[in-house]
Amino acid sequence: MAIKLRIPTPLRPLAGGASELAVQGSTVAEALDSLEHDYPGFHERLFDDRGEIRRFVNVYVAGEDIRFLKGVDTPLKDGDEVSIVPAVAGG
Amino acid sequence: MSAATAQPPARATGAPITVLGARQAAALPAADPRRLKGLKCRECGRAFPIEPIHVCGFCFGPLEVEYDYDLLARTVSHESIDRGPLSIWRYRDLLPVNELADTGWRVGYTPLQPAPNLGKALGLADLWIKNDSVNPTFSFKDRVVAVASAKAREFGFDTFACASTGNLASAVAAAGIRVGLKTYVFLPWDTEQSKILNALVYGANVVAVKGTYDDVNRLCSEIADQRNWAFCNINVRPYYSEGSKTLAFETAEQLGWEAPDHVVVPIASGSLLTKITKGFGELQKIGLIPEKHIRVSGAQAAGCNPVAEAFGRGWDAVKPVQRPDTIAKSLAIGNPADGYYVLKIVRERGGAVRDATNDEIAEGMRLLAATEGVFAETAGGVTVAVLKQLAQEGIVRRGERVVAYITGNGLKTLDAVAPSLASPPVVEPTLDAFEAFLDTRNG
Repeated sequence: MAIKLRIPTPLRPLAGGASELAVQGSTVAEALDSLEHDYPGFHERLFDDRGEIRRFVNVYVAGEDIRFLKGVDTPLKDGDEVSIVPAVAGG
Repeated sequence: MSAATAQPPARATGAPITVLGARQAAALPAADPRRLKGLKCRECGRAFPIEPIHVCGFCFGPLEVEYDYDLLARTVSHESIDRGPLSIWRYRDLLPVNELADTGWRVGYTPLQPAPNLGKALGLADLWIKNDSVNPTFSFKDRVVAVASAKAREFGFDTFACASTGNLASAVAAAGIRVGLKTYVFLPWDTEQSKILNALVYGANVVAVKGTYDDVNRLCSEIADQRNWAFCNINVRPYYSEGSKTLAFETAEQLGWEAPDHVVVPIASGSLLTKITKGFGELQKIGLIPEKHIRVSGAQAAGCNPVAEAFGRGWDAVKPVQRPDTIAKSLAIGNPADGYYVLKIVRERGGAVRDATNDEIAEGMRLLAATEGVFAETAGGVTVAVLKQLAQEGIVRRGERVVAYITGNGLKTLDAVAPSLASPPVVEPTLDAFEAFLDTRNG
């Protein structure tokens, strides 16, 4: 599956400054693995020591928070947009 | 406009108008820029410069302003504060702004009023209300926005924006006019009409978003990544949120430089509760109030209660609420950014987080109005309803000096109480008709 991944400002230096990247994967976990393969360094930023998505990182598939879907096992279909967004905002 | 150049406007006759606070602010010595050490990640401790950034580039933790408290302890005193204007800017040394943008508007220094009648109704002997419904746009958001707009000017932005549940929209829209910034405000499309109008009237660019506040927040985070705008509760959030500390500073000063025993604070993102706690802590740290263990409790609406649920179940993390459903729309944040820290603070400080149903919220609004003459918006109803629960449970103790924070004005959410209030009687315009009406009522 070809996935469009949106990269937040703090992580863009790891992606050569890109705000969007094309990755492959049939789940969120696979898409993030594909990202780590192409641009090493993302994994340690996004996941904590226990392998969980960090507390202050939100991941959305087509605008839905993956916490309300199947977490990193959320399936993806061709053309889906995945957004990584810092959680500390608002209020 | 800097403090040094602020001038009161003149009447046509040439006689000067006194602008509240402006003269005093202009007379204030500039705050020492060295007091601001930088930003620090609250999670991993990494340091960052003072820039329009809000999350740690490594772990995504929230960034907070770091002050030189040794310097502040040497330079800030009761007297230096007393020489300042009757607004939040009297505490400018403890705020992260070097160039004041608008000193001629009275933001803050709102009444701290004893609430003996409400206290009697709830069984509390020493209850106080911090009435922040009387700020320029009628909510506490004027405080945070005053700081954020000044900082946005300092950073050189020309556009000021926010994701809002309602109150922030009008505060941002009005501040944009005051300090000369273009404004964009984003709201959930089901926000109360009065709050949408309250932003539109100032000429702001108002965008209603088909979704919840959390959808709005996510969209704004993505817009902030694309556009060079100051989003007050996103890329300028470390500065913006510091404005809430002034609610603690004022409370302590108005109590004669002493902290209360217990504070009860409404929770949306949780930032207000964490910053009020931080504010009292800073006053203790620089020696302006005596050391004291202040208890802290939080109030949510039952239809959007992620922090209250996590507190009740003993969780460390907050499970977001996907579809908030409450009349307290200003508190309807399903995924509160500071929920984790609220849980830590409330547990460490021996308080509790509880929630209130829609009926309890409306009853809380009526009780506060009928006992103390303060008409609060729904968030105030939440605070009073939860205070009532906490008093019944004995978590808020009878003899404690308690301060309840009322953060917005009831005229913004009239629909919440309208159904429970009877229409007034209609009489003919004659004395006989009125006497007859009184007889019916008394009979």
